Amino acid sequence: MPSANVNATRMELTKQKRKLATSTRGHKLLKDKRDELMKQFLDMIRENRALRKKVEEGLMRAHGSFTVASAVMSSEMLEQSLLYPKQSVDLNMSYKNIMSVNVPMYQFSTRSADAGEIYPYGFAATSGELDGAVDALSSVFEDMLKLAQIEKACQLMAEEIEKTRRRVNALEYVVIPDCQAKIKSISMKLDENERNNTIRLMKVKDMMMAETINQKRQETAKALNLYK
Amino acid sequence: MYKIAVLGDRESVLGFKALGLDVHPAETAEDARKTLHHLARDGETAIIYLTEQFAAEMQDEIRKYKDEVMPAIILIPGKAGSMGIGMQNITDSVERAVGADIL
Repeated sequence: MPSANVNATRMELTKQKRKLATSTRGHKLLKDKRDELMKQFLDMIRENRALRKKVEEGLMRAHGSFTVASAVMSSEMLEQSLLYPKQSVDLNMSYKNIMSVNVPMYQFSTRSADAGEIYPYGFAATSGELDGAVDALSSVFEDMLKLAQIEKACQLMAEEIEKTRRRVNALEYVVIPDCQAKIKSISMKLDENERNNTIRLMKVKDMMMAETINQKRQETAKALNLYK
Repeated sequence: MYKIAVLGDRESVLGFKALGLDVHPAETAEDARKTLHHLARDGETAIIYLTEQFAAEMQDEIRKYKDEVMPAIILIPGKAGSMGIGMQNITDSVERAVGADIL
């Protein structure tokens, strides 16, 4: 029991009682928060997994075409073709609050809306495989952004859940039992003091009674002696 | 306005240039580490796609940025194929949150 040294006073008792009430309430709230976070987290993780699988497959396909393209074309030619991109991507970031966790939301806009505009090179000098690779990349790109958003959200939520879980456990297994033990020991001590006091008063009363009786007896004895 | 960066070996990341992303080819893991720090600190890069081949050698750096909102470091398979680190990271998140891998 860690409650060995507390002041056994009424003030301390009130303080501890108030602390217990706050902790219990906080514990309940945090527990609810943890449960809700967990619920959303699990949904998100499932989505994250599916999306990652999709992105990885898409990227592997793009890499495959790219490898073929780099085998067909010279590496200087390949680099030259991709040197000046036609397309550019602007990324905007806003935040969404999920149970007090701020997760980023990405919105992106491409400079030109035309999907055919992604090839930054003339078709005459490049291999068709390169077109395929760039095409595969651009089709997987939207999913990649979504993946970034979800994966980051999952990481941030995992951190928050861990923190909340620790807090809930600390309250449940340390703060609240400690408080209860303190309250118990203080109220026991106060009761003990009360009894002590009562006993002392009874004892004093007995002593005073005995003294008075004694005095009376002596007076009576004196009076009797006078008449002898 | 934020930037999206792609970091990895030359052949894996070159294609992303056509999409208009910020491509940073790196020769060695040491190079990649320097570039990553540079990108993470410049305050303009919101997402960094990093190939798993490099990620395998710089787990500590990645962990450092995991709890920050920016940048989001997302692993992608390089040209050599997926090493499963990306999936492993998801499992790690679950373990961190729940305490056990429940999926």
